[in-house]
Amino acid sequence: MTAKLILRDKEYEVKHGMALLDALKKCGVVPESVIATREGEMILDDEILKDGDEVKLIAVISGG
Amino acid sequence: MKCKKCGEKASVNMRQHKLALCKEHYLEWMPEQTERFIKKYEMFARHEKILVAVSGGKDSLGLWDILTRLGYHADGLYLGLGINGGINYSHESQRLTEKFANQHGLKLHIVDIEKEYGQPIPVLSEISHRGHGKPCAVCGLAKRHEMNRIARDLGYDVLATGHNLDDEAAVLFGNTLSWSADFLLRQSPVLASTGGLARKVKPLCRFYEREMTAYCLARGIEYIYEECPFAEGSQSIYYKELLNKLETDRPGAKLTFYLRFLEARKSGGLFVEKDSKQAHLHPCAKCGQPTSAPELCSFCRTIEKAKEVMPTVTPT
Repeated sequence: MTAKLILRDKEYEVKHGMALLDALKKCGVVPESVIATREGEMILDDEILKDGDEVKLIAVISGG
Repeated sequence: MKCKKCGEKASVNMRQHKLALCKEHYLEWMPEQTERFIKKYEMFARHEKILVAVSGGKDSLGLWDILTRLGYHADGLYLGLGINGGINYSHESQRLTEKFANQHGLKLHIVDIEKEYGQPIPVLSEISHRGHGKPCAVCGLAKRHEMNRIARDLGYDVLATGHNLDDEAAVLFGNTLSWSADFLLRQSPVLASTGGLARKVKPLCRFYEREMTAYCLARGIEYIYEECPFAEGSQSIYYKELLNKLETDRPGAKLTFYLRFLEARKSGGLFVEKDSKQAHLHPCAKCGQPTSAPELCSFCRTIEKAKEVMPTVTPT
């Protein structure tokens, strides 16, 4: 009964029923540094994660 | 969360503006705001020819897309830096840039540093011993030099880069930490054209990096997602991460930091500008671009040094 967050080559499992923002904080991901997508669509911090959800996190920081 | 304009489900939430928008309204809002910034900072006029520096990344491709949608005459310039890093970085970024240009029927100039100057950036960096083992210093130097050269030689009125607010805030943060007054005084959305230097503008300077990513996703723009292999562990990325932690707890902190700086700079409240600075610039004996060095500019000295060490280098 989990949802999965994927950021580059890392995967995090969180309990379903959590809001995305709480899930990101729990995984130690800075919410401002990513955009979350589910099935190709952008989702927001207040989105409640469902069982089996696979959320792809897109890192937004670039440059050197 | 609902879109403020239509009440449909929002796709983007900009906490610093207390504004959430659906995809459709977000794609309308971005060009509207860009146009507002172009006018507010008097970047360029409708009739002017714009050269957009494109790297294949989200910001520069996003900028090119927005300017084109707004109806500006904007051509692209891609610099082939010759960076591989095990992921064919330059090759892939060029491919994506060319793909974007072809899809939209846009004019793209391509300059290959190795073809022009005999060696790719990582080798030029190694030979010149600039940058403490990383090619970023030589890369920045070459990009500034070549962007200015092409803009000037091809008669463009203005050079536009995809610097976003996070880029600007990170530079500002770094320069503030070290109180680099000269650098702080030079940071601006517009750098006016002065003796041999093309006018430079940053139309995205008030958009968060996150907003540019969202724009490219919403528009379906394919950009290079992989980081430059040499950017890992860089100071600017570290500063961006720090500022994003701050932004998470204090929405709007990055925007306020940057905008208040611009206001203070404009009002003259930060530092007293020295008029004598510009007077020390003179044309480089080789390329003619402005430099404060006695004869050759830093870029030409780097190339000369490369030729001494590797005599097979034949500049075209």
